[in-house]
Amino acid sequence: MSSMGRLDIFAPVILLGAIAVLMVVGALVVGSFIRPKNPNELKNQPYECGEDPVGSAWANFNVRFYVTALVFIIFDVEGALMFPVAAAFRSFVHAGAGAVVYISLLIFISVLASGLVYCWSKGDLDWVKSYRIKK
Amino acid sequence: MGTSLIDSLSKATEFSIGPVLGFFIFVIAVLIIVNVMALIGGLGTYAERKISADIQMRIGPNRVGPYGLLQFLADGVKMIMKEDIVPSSVDKLLYTIAPLLCMVGVFTTLAVLPFSSLLTLSNLNVGLIYVLGVSSLVGVGIFLGGYSSNSKWAMLGGMRGAAQIISYEIPVTLTIISVVLISGSLSFNTVIEGQGGLPHRWNIFHNPFTVIAFFVFFIGALAESNRAPFDLPEAESELVSGYHTEYTGMRFAFFALAEYVEVFVLCAIASSLFLGGYKVPLNIGGDGVIGQLLQIATFFSKAFILYYVVIWVRWTLPRLRVDHLMAICWKYLVPISLFNLVGIGLWVLIFDGAPMYDVLANLFKSSGSGGHH
Repeated sequence: MSSMGRLDIFAPVILLGAIAVLMVVGALVVGSFIRPKNPNELKNQPYECGEDPVGSAWANFNVRFYVTALVFIIFDVEGALMFPVAAAFRSFVHAGAGAVVYISLLIFISVLASGLVYCWSKGDLDWVKSYRIKK
Repeated sequence: MGTSLIDSLSKATEFSIGPVLGFFIFVIAVLIIVNVMALIGGLGTYAERKISADIQMRIGPNRVGPYGLLQFLADGVKMIMKEDIVPSSVDKLLYTIAPLLCMVGVFTTLAVLPFSSLLTLSNLNVGLIYVLGVSSLVGVGIFLGGYSSNSKWAMLGGMRGAAQIISYEIPVTLTIISVVLISGSLSFNTVIEGQGGLPHRWNIFHNPFTVIAFFVFFIGALAESNRAPFDLPEAESELVSGYHTEYTGMRFAFFALAEYVEVFVLCAIASSLFLGGYKVPLNIGGDGVIGQLLQIATFFSKAFILYYVVIWVRWTLPRLRVDHLMAICWKYLVPISLFNLVGIGLWVLIFDGAPMYDVLANLFKSSGSGGHH
């Protein structure tokens, strides 16, 4: 098998993605022939339990979401970096180099754990951040 | 890069399959699997209503078809005949592609699901990373659905959904890494082949830490698929119906279908990683056609048992509060899974990857023989 030939492994991925898209588009197109269509101004308002909507929903939102995303990115990159080490770990153990790899993994994890501890102590893991008032 | 269904078929039948025939086999296999999954999604809604009815001492759907089994078809027909209301203030492009992203994200994960040792569409050697990457499209879909609707309920649901899904991705990733430490591979089939048919050879009982890892993974999977008690993005008593408030008819139906199929996919992944996947106990049936069918049956029964547990949990536990949700993830699950990772690494290092059963058996054997001296 040539290395180019192995791209066929991803054929099901593309097929499945295409079928998922076709299902959605197909159902909407088929539905457009049989479903009623009587739009009016009130019906096309955003739903707010019967009240007239006040202002747009695209307002400023809580900065907590942003901080969560930042912490997530740090840990997700950590995960991505740990995958290759984890996959090769057994072969390192068989080759007798397990202890060295394990210690470097420990150092890596402890750096990240200290990052978590830092976030925790700063209160960034609390959903409602409490600011201690210094006297 | 791994192998595909075509490779394993050629190997099993000792017949070289050309590219054209291979493509047709792929198309047929993909169509079968997509249809089975759509059926599972549909029956999932039926199972959900029937089991919830049972838990709440009601009867549940019983009018359409025998025992109400065709209820999901009736629902589908109803959905497709509903008026497609698109509010005038939405962001049209994002509003349209949000359900698409959910569907694509869920259905592309089916490519690597190991239904049996033969029936895996493509046995990618990066299968576990692939699943993590592709399934995070669902989070994007949910967030875009909430954001593009320009409705306050949908916006709140979408924001919550995004925060929840990315947060719980961390413990799930870390537990998957701990399975990779044991199996030494990122391919689903290798992970399953490393396990045995009987529970003492499953990864969940590989060592004391993997028991915890399984529960961390399961909780994380529940949260990632927005299932109760983690259904905050669509909390119907707080946010009307969250990120899909402004979606009607088929557009809503695809969000729901994606959710039910995703729950099944996550149950299947949990059973593959921790519960032996398609491994038949005692290898009954061997490698022949009967063996393959038994493997598929084993795979589905394990996944369906987990599916039942998911529904059971939904109708038993109350919904969490947002700050509790975040605290559970960041203050409990992430430290626990980091600790687990260290522990599992140590176990693999000391016992050279041997499962707990073998280690204990060796221990008893040596202490037993020591007693005779």
